[in-house]
Amino acid sequence: MRSVQALAVAALLLLPAYEGAAAAEPKQGGILRMYHRDSPGSASIHEGATYSVNIPFMPVFNNLVMFKQDVAQNSVDSIVPDLAESWAWSGDGKKLTFKLKQGVKWHDGKPFTSADVKCTFDMLMGKSQQKFRQNPRKSWYDQVNDVTVNGDFEASFELKRPQPALLSLLASGYTPVYPCHVSPAEMRTKPVGTGPFKFVEFKANESIKLTKNPDYFKKGLPHLDGIEFTIITNRSTAILGFVSGKFDMTFPTEVSIPLLKEVKAQAPNAVCVVEPNNVSTNIIVNSSAPPFDNLDIRRALALALDRKAFVAIMFEGQADVGGTMQPAPAGLWSMPKEMLETIPGYGPDINANREEARKLMQRAGYGPDKRLAVKISTRNIPIYRDPAVILIDQIKSIYIDGELDVVDTAQWFPKVARKDYSLGLNLTGNAVDDPDQSLYENYACGSERNYTNYCNKEIEKLFDQQSVEKDVAKRKKLVWEIDKKLQEDVARPIIFHSRSGSCWQPYVKGITIMVNSSYNGYRYEDVWMDK
Amino acid sequence: MFAYIVRRLVLMLVTLIGISIIIFVLLRVVPGNIVDILFDAAGFVDPTDKANLEKELGLNLPIYQQYLNWIGGLLRGDLGYSYVSEKPALDEILPRIPITARLAALALLFSASIGIPLGVISAVHQGSRLDYALRIVSLSGLSLPSFWLGLLILMASVSLFGAMPIYNPNPQTWTEAFAIYAVPAMAVGFRSAALTMRITRSSMLEILRQDYIRTARAKGASEASVNYRHALKNAILPVITVIGIEAAFLIGGLIVTETVFNIPGVARFLVEALRWRDYPIVQNLVMLIAVVVVVANFTVDMLYAAIDPRIRYTD
Repeated sequence: MRSVQALAVAALLLLPAYEGAAAAEPKQGGILRMYHRDSPGSASIHEGATYSVNIPFMPVFNNLVMFKQDVAQNSVDSIVPDLAESWAWSGDGKKLTFKLKQGVKWHDGKPFTSADVKCTFDMLMGKSQQKFRQNPRKSWYDQVNDVTVNGDFEASFELKRPQPALLSLLASGYTPVYPCHVSPAEMRTKPVGTGPFKFVEFKANESIKLTKNPDYFKKGLPHLDGIEFTIITNRSTAILGFVSGKFDMTFPTEVSIPLLKEVKAQAPNAVCVVEPNNVSTNIIVNSSAPPFDNLDIRRALALALDRKAFVAIMFEGQADVGGTMQPAPAGLWSMPKEMLETIPGYGPDINANREEARKLMQRAGYGPDKRLAVKISTRNIPIYRDPAVILIDQIKSIYIDGELDVVDTAQWFPKVARKDYSLGLNLTGNAVDDPDQSLYENYACGSERNYTNYCNKEIEKLFDQQSVEKDVAKRKKLVWEIDKKLQEDVARPIIFHSRSGSCWQPYVKGITIMVNSSYNGYRYEDVWMDK
Repeated sequence: MFAYIVRRLVLMLVTLIGISIIIFVLLRVVPGNIVDILFDAAGFVDPTDKANLEKELGLNLPIYQQYLNWIGGLLRGDLGYSYVSEKPALDEILPRIPITARLAALALLFSASIGIPLGVISAVHQGSRLDYALRIVSLSGLSLPSFWLGLLILMASVSLFGAMPIYNPNPQTWTEAFAIYAVPAMAVGFRSAALTMRITRSSMLEILRQDYIRTARAKGASEASVNYRHALKNAILPVITVIGIEAAFLIGGLIVTETVFNIPGVARFLVEALRWRDYPIVQNLVMLIAVVVVVANFTVDMLYAAIDPRIRYTD
C-alpha cells in the first residue's frame, strides 16, 4: 500500500502537470481572461488571508524562493529560486542565507536590494515603523530572531532554533517581497512588485488588470501580454461566461463537482480537473462549557461521524478522509490509512462506532428519553451550511438534537472568540502543506486561530520536536503521532478534506493546479495561449 | 401653487434628514463593522489591531460625532473615503451612476412603451383571445422574479448564439452596446411593463364606459382617436402614479439584474458595500437613492397638474 502511495507521490513530483507543459514552444502574446469570484478587500497579499487576493496579485510579485509552478505537489524538493539566486543553511540550522539576484527592478524602476527583504520581514514580524493594517501570518515568523543583510545582495534569517520548514513558508504565494519605498497603504491599492506582470488597475466589484512587465528579470517570461480578471459574484453568470468563451479560464479551484459536470456538458472541449486543495471541513467544539466539557460527549460526537456520507453527498465521492494533515497522495504528511483507522470514529463499521457513541452518551446521562439539544453554529455560506445540516442529521443517532445557527460573516469570528457556541462547523485552509504551519496555527496554546482553545503542553512539546527535526522520515512519524493524538483528544474533529474543480479553454497552456495548497500556484509567468 | 411647491421642498428636506438619521443609526445597529469583516478574512480578531483600525477609520468616535462629521462633509461636498478601496467615496460612486441611470431609464422606457400600448389594446379588445393572451403575458411578468428571468435570458443567449450580453465597458459594436444595456433593461423592466399594462387596462376599461367616449364615437371620431386621444389621456393618471412608484422600487430589481448581468452599477455596488459594512459608501448611496425617490415623487405630483388641468394645488 505504501509503495503505491510512494509511486503516486513520485508521479506527482516528477510529472509536469497536465498535457500543457509537454506541448510545443510557447507562443507569445494574448491577454488571459479569467473571472474572479469576488472583489478582494485589498491588493496586498500580506494583509489578506484568502486566495481571492493571491490569485490576481501573485503575478505582480516575486518571493525569495517559490514552489516550482509546473509541479503540482508543493514540497521542499520543488522549491526553486525566485528573487534569490541560491540559499544555504548554517551548520546548526539556525541561519538561512539567501544570495539575491542582481539587476532586478521594481515596477517603478527602483532597484531591488536586500534592504527590501529586511523591510518586508521586519514588517511581518511587527518590528518596523510601518505597520500592516492586519498581519494574519505574523506567527509564521515566531522563530525568526532577526533578518540581517550583508551588502545589497545577501540577506539572512537568524532563527531562535532550527526550523527547516521556514524555507517552505518563504516559498508560499503568501510570502512575496515588498518594496521598502512603497507604503503598506499604497500596496493595498496600487501594488508595486518585481513580478512578471505589472499592476494596471483594480476597480472594486468590476475588474483587475495586469500587464506584461517587459523588464522582467527572467528572460523570455512572461509569455502573456496581460491578465484580466472580471469580477463576477454570481456563480451561474460566471460559469455561463466561461462556457460562452468570454473567459479563457474559470477562477481556479472554484468550480464545484456538480457544476463541473455542467461545464463539461456545455463546453466539451474545456480542460477540467478536480484536485484536492488542502482545505478541511471540521467541527469546533467548545470544551470550556457544558455539555462538551465532558470528554465522553466529545468522543461520542467523534464516533457518530459518517465521513464517507459527507463525501458522497457533497462531493459525489470526490473528497478525502483524513486527520489534520492533508491525506495522501496529494498531502505529504498524512498518517497511513491503517493508522488512521485505529482512531475512534475512523473505523469502517459506522454502526459499531455509533453504538459505542450511544453508550458514552448514556454514561453522560443522555438517552432516547433525554436527548441533548445543541446549536450548531456556522457561517451563512453554503460550503459551511451544507455540512452543518448533514452533521445535524448524523448526530440524531446518538441522542443529540442539533439546531442550525447561521451566523453572519461579520459576526462569526467575534462569536467564536467569545466562545459563544457549543458546536461550530468550520473550514480550515492550509497555505503550506507543512506541519509547522498547520499545527502551531490551529492547535498551539494561545494561538489566535486555535478557536477551541485546545491546549496540551505535552503535544506542544511534540510540535517543537517535529519542527526542529531535519530528517523527513523521522519528522513524519512524529507528525503522525501528533495527528493521531489530536483526533483522539477530539481537539477539532476533521470531517473531510475537500476537492474542487478548475477549467480552462484548450488553447490555454502551462496551467498547473497545485494539489496540496490553494495559495501558491498563481505566478502565471509560464502560462501561454496556443492561438 | 408657489406656496405648495415651497412646502413640498421643505418636506423633502425634512424627509431626507430623517432618512439620513435612520440609515446612519441602522447601519451601526447591524452587528459587526468593516474591521470585523477584514479580520474575518484573516481568520481571527486581534483586539489591538482591531482597536487601531477602528481609530484610523474614526469608528471609535461617539455615534453623534460620526453623524455630524458625515453630514458636515456632505454639505461641503466631501463624501469621505471608502473603507475598502481607500479611495474617495465620490470617485467610487460617480462613475457608477450613469450606468445605473441608463439601465433604469431604459427599463422605465421599456415598461411604459410596452405596458401602455398593450394595456390599451387589451382593454379595447376586452374578452377577446388577444386580451386573454396579453393578460397571461402580464401575469407572467408579475410572477417571474427578475433574477430568474435574467438567468434564463443568459442561458438562452449562450445556447442560441454562443455569446452572452454581460457588461463590457468597451463594446466593440453598436449591437453589443445595445445588448449590454437593453437586454438587462428588458429583464428588469418586464415586471414594471406587466404592472403598467394591467393598470392601463383597468383604467381604460373604466374610462371607455364613460358617456363622453360614447359621444366621441357618435361624433364619428376614429377608434384610434377615441382610444388614444380621448380615453388614454384620462386613463393615464393612475398609470403615471404607478410608473413613479416603480421608478422608486426599480433599485430592488436593479440589484439582482446588475448582479446577474454583472453590470458595475450603483445597485450592485450598494450590496457589496453593505457586505463589507463600508459605511461611507452605503450612507451616501442610500442618500442618493432617497433623493432620487423623493424627487421622482415630487415630479409625478407636478406632472398630474400638467396632464390634468382640473388638478390645482392650493395652500
